Amino acid sequence: MAYECDGATIETDEEGYITDISLWSRELAILIAREENIEMDDDHWEVVNFLRNYYEEYQIAPAVRVLTKAIKKTLGADKGNSKYLYELFPYGPAKQACKIAGLPKPTGCI
Amino acid sequence: MSEMNEFDESAPTVVKRFMYVNRRAPYGTIYALECLEVVLVAAAFDQDVSVVFLDDGVCQLKKNQDTTGIGMKNFSKTYGALDDYDVEKIYVEKESLAARGLTADDLVIPVEVLAADDLREVMAQQDVVISF
Repeated sequence: MAYECDGATIETDEEGYITDISLWSRELAILIAREENIEMDDDHWEVVNFLRNYYEEYQIAPAVRVLTKAIKKTLGADKGNSKYLYELFPYGPAKQACKIAGLPKPTGCI
Repeated sequence: MSEMNEFDESAPTVVKRFMYVNRRAPYGTIYALECLEVVLVAAAFDQDVSVVFLDDGVCQLKKNQDTTGIGMKNFSKTYGALDDYDVEKIYVEKESLAARGLTADDLVIPVEVLAADDLREVMAQQDVVISF
């Protein structure tokens, strides 16, 4: 499939992850989120931005348990737990949030 | 033991010692990147994992890699995520570092530098050694 965003066509793979991560924008993130039935609020953005920073630093999208632990370390235990993250991203915080963040599928998600 | 125990999550699981050995330069072949991905995936299985860098493999951890000229992703930053994946035993062979004019300070992550003899002992204690 593909997204139409700002006059450009942005391709995805068969699972909906965009194929060229350099084409990501906040507008695109909102479109991808809508496809996932998620209306982006500040809490969603916080996780998406966290993932993008993690990718920038380590060049990988972390597996869910790694993401949870890393968020706990940075944002505190009230956000670094499965319950909170699954409430924001019901179909899996790593998979869904990575997709919205324009990153590849998490490494170590099996 | 009943047949059910095999599927009982509370039953004690066997933890094996897995050692992944990197012996090749980071680029030119896919081995280094593949090994890193295998280690990150395998880390999900709660096994006793260690990673070794020796021979040209020590170059995988060299700081300040620049891959713009070869059109490959510089994945050396990803070694920094090993700690988040709970991979804490990272050994580098002392002789291999010295032969290439490197020290532990030249590497992207903190490691344990072991002499060949000591590394051999650690290797002998493993259940599985996978070489890349």
